[in-house]
Amino acid sequence: MNELAIKELLYTLADNQLILGHRNSEWTGIGPILEEDIAFSSMAQDKLGHSLAFYTLLHELGESDPDTLAFMRNAAQFHCCHLVELPIGEYDFSLIRHFLYDHAEAIRFEYLAQSSYEPAAKVAAKLRGELKYHLLHANTMVKQLGNATAESISRLQQSLNYAFPYALGMFQPSPYEADLASSNIFPRESNIQAQWLESIQKILAQTQLQQTAVHTISPVLGGRLGQHSEYLQPLLDEMAEVINIDPSTEW
Amino acid sequence: MWTKEEILALLAKVMDPEIPVLSLLDLGVITDINITQENQVMVRMTPTFSGCPAMEYMRRSVEETLTEAGVQDFKVQMSFDKPWNTNKITANGRKALQAFGLAPPPVYQVVPDLDILEHIACPYCNSTNTILRTPFGPTLCRAMHYCNNCRQMFEQFKPL
Repeated sequence: MNELAIKELLYTLADNQLILGHRNSEWTGIGPILEEDIAFSSMAQDKLGHSLAFYTLLHELGESDPDTLAFMRNAAQFHCCHLVELPIGEYDFSLIRHFLYDHAEAIRFEYLAQSSYEPAAKVAAKLRGELKYHLLHANTMVKQLGNATAESISRLQQSLNYAFPYALGMFQPSPYEADLASSNIFPRESNIQAQWLESIQKILAQTQLQQTAVHTISPVLGGRLGQHSEYLQPLLDEMAEVINIDPSTEW
Repeated sequence: MWTKEEILALLAKVMDPEIPVLSLLDLGVITDINITQENQVMVRMTPTFSGCPAMEYMRRSVEETLTEAGVQDFKVQMSFDKPWNTNKITANGRKALQAFGLAPPPVYQVVPDLDILEHIACPYCNSTNTILRTPFGPTLCRAMHYCNNCRQMFEQFKPL
């Protein structure tokens, strides 16, 4: 078992969930309608639960405890992609980000549930059931708003165009990708990206949204290796505000 | 020496903090009870929804119940080894949910399909002329439906 490769994979999975979870939680209290406020808040809670499950696996491999991993690292130690770091923007951007991210996440969890690394396989087999509801939500809203009014369609289209290079950044390969793939721990990111494109296309085809040609877009990379957007560190500072005031506090 | 039956009887009194009519046994989150030769009681639990804030509370309730009953040596562990799903809610638990005004999750074969979220029987009037309004609700485990027959919203313990 290649422990370094497994740890890097677990950090990437956990950090993406944690950061998107925190971003989703910023809709609590200000969602455009009550159902969406509740939906983004619920998905935030699920994503924090998912990150906790992966941080717990890391802790079992000798890393710090989950709270320390979540709140006491700086941006350069995070492995998340830029897509999840971006501010919530307007509702249309948050919806599109959630749609693009969760389609990829669902594919990841299906592969992970088959992983030869059994602890992660067990966690993924459990979490994929919860993720189905995130996908159901994303697909329902994208189909509704992607066919509704001229304004809703053009807003979603603009957000889709803006988010796409960041979304492609989700598929930055692990430095240990060859090891992970050959030992049947986790497939190559290019496989996941290809399936993801098919998966989002199935939904977009049922809307009036156009997907831009992928080969003309350069992905925004770097997050997996610790190079982040200007938005991550301020978010981490905010998340760690309580623990930084009093590290021994319980909340 | 404690017996498994005695521990089960104790745990039957520990209720879900958010659905106080449902015991943890009926919810199906207690996956193993073992008593070692040294009389140590080992209880294994598994989370319902991984982000459910009530899980830590449930674990503490189990520990408090064991302590109050005089069990001196025990260990309560959370584990994904036997993952929870809504098929693990007992028949008794389903009745309790229904009486509480929460539509119980449909029992499914093999893998739950999202189609089973449609036309859930209304817990108030039993009509299936209902529509899923949103798969998210006041807690992680609940979805919101609307009954076209008695014209009110109701909550469902959603299938997982």
